Amino acid sequence: MADNTIDRIAKATPPGLAKRVRGLSDRAIAWLFVGPSILLLLAINIFPLIWTIRLSFTNFRVNRFNAPIEFIGLRNYERILSDPDVWKTMQATAHFLFWTIFLQVLIGFALAYLINKKFKGNDLWTTIIVLPMMLSPAVVGNFWTFLYQPQIGLFNYVVGFFSGIDPSSFSMIGSIHLAPWAIVIVDTWMWTPFVMLICLAGLRSIPDSIYEAAEIDRASKWRQFWTLTVPMVLPFLMLAVLFRGIENFKMFDLVVQLTGGGPGSITTLTSIDLKREAFEKWRTGYASAYAVILFVTVFGMASIYVKSLNKVKDR
Amino acid sequence: MSGYSVTEPSKRQKWIAGLLVITYALVTLMPLLWVIATGFKSPEDSIAYPPKVVFQPSLEGYVNLFTTQTRITPDMEATLTPPKTWYEQIVRDKGMVIAGASRYGQRFLNSVIIGFGSTFFSVFLGTLAAYAFSRFKVPIKDDLLFFILSTRMMPPVAVAIPIFLMYRQLGLSDTHLGMILLYTAVNLSLSVWLLKGFIDEIPLEYEEAALIDGYTRFQAFYKVVLPQAATGIASTAIFCLIFAWNEYAFAVLLTSGTAQTAPPFIPTIIGVGGQDWPAVAAGATIFLLPVMIFTIMLRKHLLRGITFGAVRK
Repeated sequence: MADNTIDRIAKATPPGLAKRVRGLSDRAIAWLFVGPSILLLLAINIFPLIWTIRLSFTNFRVNRFNAPIEFIGLRNYERILSDPDVWKTMQATAHFLFWTIFLQVLIGFALAYLINKKFKGNDLWTTIIVLPMMLSPAVVGNFWTFLYQPQIGLFNYVVGFFSGIDPSSFSMIGSIHLAPWAIVIVDTWMWTPFVMLICLAGLRSIPDSIYEAAEIDRASKWRQFWTLTVPMVLPFLMLAVLFRGIENFKMFDLVVQLTGGGPGSITTLTSIDLKREAFEKWRTGYASAYAVILFVTVFGMASIYVKSLNKVKDR
Repeated sequence: MSGYSVTEPSKRQKWIAGLLVITYALVTLMPLLWVIATGFKSPEDSIAYPPKVVFQPSLEGYVNLFTTQTRITPDMEATLTPPKTWYEQIVRDKGMVIAGASRYGQRFLNSVIIGFGSTFFSVFLGTLAAYAFSRFKVPIKDDLLFFILSTRMMPPVAVAIPIFLMYRQLGLSDTHLGMILLYTAVNLSLSVWLLKGFIDEIPLEYEEAALIDGYTRFQAFYKVVLPQAATGIASTAIFCLIFAWNEYAFAVLLTSGTAQTAPPFIPTIIGVGGQDWPAVAAGATIFLLPVMIFTIMLRKHLLRGITFGAVRK
């Protein structure tokens, strides 16, 4: 498209005038405009990344600045991958990822489907549902600790009110069995609207004419839902899952405020564990290797996923 | 069009759908309303069992949030002049006096400075880059765009390790400038992707006409393209602002005092004798309310913003 414009402008401008009129060449302007952004990202993202990779092969510790830095090859990587505690955090992350995505897709799609029935005032209610998603996760995590208090918390009270269980008999964030679900519930409360919005965009992109054609063919509503609605929304849904997957793989702020990784280490997700290694135990080299492993995992999973997403889109 | 359509849901369907969605919305709203209400409760009411829905409103939480207080003995109280203002009165009723301002105001101000500062730079740089990506043939364009997006995939805690080391060397730790630069870089991906989408939608003919009229590229950019992209730029700015406003991981790892923003500070608010829930709730309310208002304003652009322009309604 850009080529086309330049050609058209070039044709429209008398040759001798061209340079004087346009001042800098387009190529120079392009670099002038893109340059600063690229430089900033190189300084704040890429340079640190390379530094992290370098550190990951050393035994460097920030709190011992004068100690000699030794290159220890892949030792950090070996230690991380053979550490059962690291695998426990991976398990906790997998549990969190699976259930948050499962619930958010289920509820988010259902809500979008209902909102798409275009009842009166649906815009207003959609906006209200979206509110939690826009808030600061750390502050949200903090105030949910209040809602989860065994005696005085609203959550326990409401659960107790409907189920008859004594509200002071269970603690969502103090119990090993309940804490993994406590973080799933808050994340689902917060992010279901995100999946809902994307599904809604998907549903609204389906032209009415398709349903009209199906109606003429006497396809049942049930059949229309599974053979038209679901496949048409699927690429959108997969995009939502990609976004949520990446976000929740990185999850730190909400959970750290809510449970602090506890009780014990039952809700210690990988980011929280990494933070402890890097900023509490100050094992910088080890933590760098940990960080590199996380990068590779995210990029690897995301690119495999994007490939399958594109396949679904092309179908 | 005739009145009857196969795709239009029946009245009964609409009714049931509306009822279910409204129920969900009310349930989802409850925690937020509860926090706002808690901010106006007295400390005793906030921890009452069963939870109090009806209560005597009190501004004690807000006063506790903004002030530090010390306890005084009754004989000392007798020597003091009676409180002049309503907030002094609230504190005096508890047998205490105000010792000074708390750090909340300062932290809130930091959030404002860092939020607006980083938003300005990320939108400024983002607009330039987006224009170039949209209009010119940039070499390895797709790779650059993907590179810009991929910077967002890294876990913040992982990025924070080298940034922490780098900032310590450069003297940027716990400074406003350091945080502004960092948030600018983080938000740049959002800003470039969103703005590219908005600028792509502006017809090329406007600029061509301007160029033929003798404008330079620069003039065409700021006299023709910028005004056309104004709505897009404004909504991009609000998204960047909300992100910077909400950010916690970098803030908690890289700042401790001078440049600390509100999100790491709010959870540390502890009153006399245990967590002062009304003060925490008041802090959260003041902090979250602007975002709620912006969200309502932004609702038309919401989807585009949160998906980096990947989904347009």
